[in-house]
Amino acid sequence: MRRGIAATALVASLALTATACGGDDAESGKSASGKLSGTVTWWDTSTVGSEDKVFKKLAEGFTKLHPDVKINYVNVPFGEAQNKFKNAAQSGSGAPDVIRSEVAWTPEFADLGYLAPLDDTSALKEDKDFLPQAAASTKYNDKTYAVPQVIDSMGIFYNKKIFQEAGVQPPSSIAELKTVSKKIKDKTGKTGLYLRGDDAYWFLSFLYGEGGNLVDAEKKQITVDNPAGVKAMKVVKDLVDSGAAKTDATDGWNNMQTAFKEGKVAMMINGPWAVTDTYGGKEFKDKANLGIVPVPAGSDGQGAPQGGHNLAVYAGSKNLEASYAFVEYMTSVESQTTVAKELSLLPTRTSVYDKPTVSGNEMVAFFKPVVDKAVERPWIPEGGSLFAPLVTEYTKVLTGQTTPEKGAEATGDAYRKLLKDWK
Amino acid sequence: MAVHTSGQSVAKAAEPGRARGRRRDTAGAPGKLRRALSTHWYAWTMVAPVVIVIGVIIGYPLVRGVYLSLTNADERNVERSIGVNHLPATYEFVGLDNYADALTGSQFLDTLGWTLVWTVSCVAVTFGLGLTLANILNRRIAGRSFYRMMLILPWAVPGFVSVFAWRFLYNEDNGLLNKLLAGGGIDAVPWLNDPTWAKFSVIAVNVWLGVPFMMVALLGGLQSIPGELYEAAEMDGANAWQRFRNITMPGLRSVSTTVVLLSTIWTFNMFPVIFLLTRGGPGEATQILVTQAYKFSFEISPRDFAQSSTWGVLILVLLMVFAAVYQRVLRKQGETW
Repeated sequence: MRRGIAATALVASLALTATACGGDDAESGKSASGKLSGTVTWWDTSTVGSEDKVFKKLAEGFTKLHPDVKINYVNVPFGEAQNKFKNAAQSGSGAPDVIRSEVAWTPEFADLGYLAPLDDTSALKEDKDFLPQAAASTKYNDKTYAVPQVIDSMGIFYNKKIFQEAGVQPPSSIAELKTVSKKIKDKTGKTGLYLRGDDAYWFLSFLYGEGGNLVDAEKKQITVDNPAGVKAMKVVKDLVDSGAAKTDATDGWNNMQTAFKEGKVAMMINGPWAVTDTYGGKEFKDKANLGIVPVPAGSDGQGAPQGGHNLAVYAGSKNLEASYAFVEYMTSVESQTTVAKELSLLPTRTSVYDKPTVSGNEMVAFFKPVVDKAVERPWIPEGGSLFAPLVTEYTKVLTGQTTPEKGAEATGDAYRKLLKDWK
Repeated sequence: MAVHTSGQSVAKAAEPGRARGRRRDTAGAPGKLRRALSTHWYAWTMVAPVVIVIGVIIGYPLVRGVYLSLTNADERNVERSIGVNHLPATYEFVGLDNYADALTGSQFLDTLGWTLVWTVSCVAVTFGLGLTLANILNRRIAGRSFYRMMLILPWAVPGFVSVFAWRFLYNEDNGLLNKLLAGGGIDAVPWLNDPTWAKFSVIAVNVWLGVPFMMVALLGGLQSIPGELYEAAEMDGANAWQRFRNITMPGLRSVSTTVVLLSTIWTFNMFPVIFLLTRGGPGEATQILVTQAYKFSFEISPRDFAQSSTWGVLILVLLMVFAAVYQRVLRKQGETW
């Protein structure tokens, strides 16, 4: 019954937007009827099996608004999407009209000339409504190349049952994390923390916690190999060596989710995008068993990276007008409300947070203050390129192939090659 | 594999025409070329489609690759067409700089070192196992064809399917191998997470994939050795080892030289096993030359086409040198192929 009401409300609000769109089209004098038509292919990168169903349904709802537009929903695994899009965009064939672009990819795609500028198009209506930190990643060379879809950050997900069994409280610092892990191991035989060793994004909280960063974009300086960077490498290495955390060099995402969902580890560091998938695990049939707290603080304080996804339009799209309208629809207040409610993903519009269904969502309520404090990443074209050299060295450090000092140094050297005039 | 076989047959097909043509040319007078063409027009016509196809699908990319390796081409400065925009190429010719960088830096040499270890150990173990199995299956044992079928099975399964199956077996927490070991009271082995174990694991999978081919080829070789030789040797009182050493091994030589050469080239460039199993990790521990070249071209950003082509050309040169040396050694031993 409740769903029925929601659907009616959605349709009604869509109808309103539809009329608004129609008016605009007529003014811009496109087609005689002012109707959009054609096919819009959208590459979504959300988690298959949990998030994708909601996004697919939402995307297909666009046709209620524009009956002549066909939405071709394609889910491309997140890990492959960047490469796939680049291949397609460069060759000029097979690229989608709209792509869900991770925040770090957006300036890169824009720099390569693959994205259509969205300023003064129908895609960017009421752009003042967007959170400034979410909008930051969509701008490149004074133009806007994407519209923020969701924003996120990271926290510690923990299994309340295991914590109760071990009689511990969630840790708030690295030192506490170690003692908590030890108690969990002693009392329950389980490992405390799962730490991804095959993805450098999971290293950022530790790096920020020690006061480090990958680069300082304002001063054009490479900072990953400064003393804070080295210390962060030492911290993660120590977590693994001391047995407080376990890690994998391959298949980290699946192993982490499986281990946590089956109650084999008590904690993991993760973001809102993992919530729906985690609820699918047998340990979290009772959703109340999942607890989330901020990432543990390092010697310099707490810090989690700001992430998220934008919707960008491919510059070579044959159906630009319909694509703009689709992006507008997907990032509208109504769509974001649905996504926040059903998937616990964080909206990028300030006005959405005022809705009771959104502010009442426990995960959104938790992550919003975290996002507000999250460390903004450098929105430079090379932003996405910084991870490849780092993950190689990070994995080498964790598997004992190199020392934290040498690992940080090698990463810094690789960055200097990438960012030519930087110090 | 398909590429190698087709390349081979084409090379054979193209050989007579080319050799003849060259001989005529060196003979001198320009008029002879025309005469050669008029005499052998039929051969030329037959060969032409193949030559053209090869030129297009192998020749062009090869030339283009060599050219790119002499430039600083990357994702940002190559020619692109995005919708209505057309961005012209802006990369520059840099001569042999890329080669100098590759050969003086540690990355290429380190990767080459592991690639050689990987190739030699894979080929040696595959050959040894293949030879053993072929000898066993060459005897009259009960259920021989069943065993043969079972042993050929890994070959019939598509490579990536096998590799993914192995990835599940190797999984540290939920993999079958560690569950079996746990049954025997042995601690979990970090198959793909420890550099040394990862190297062992990729070799094991490649051997598993490669043994059927070796076995079938050597079994064929064994069956072509006349049985009378063994009978005669037995009459003379030669023991099993002596028969193996003096009849089997020489009898297999022509087959084994070919399969060793082929499997060396395949293993050297065995992309799927490494890429799908470990992606070259942990760190760069199992990265071989081809997977690293792929990484330059497709995984890092901006994609470095110049460096990738440089590595590609170096791989080609290494394999050509190897084949030439191998042929020379064999020729010294009186083998020709």
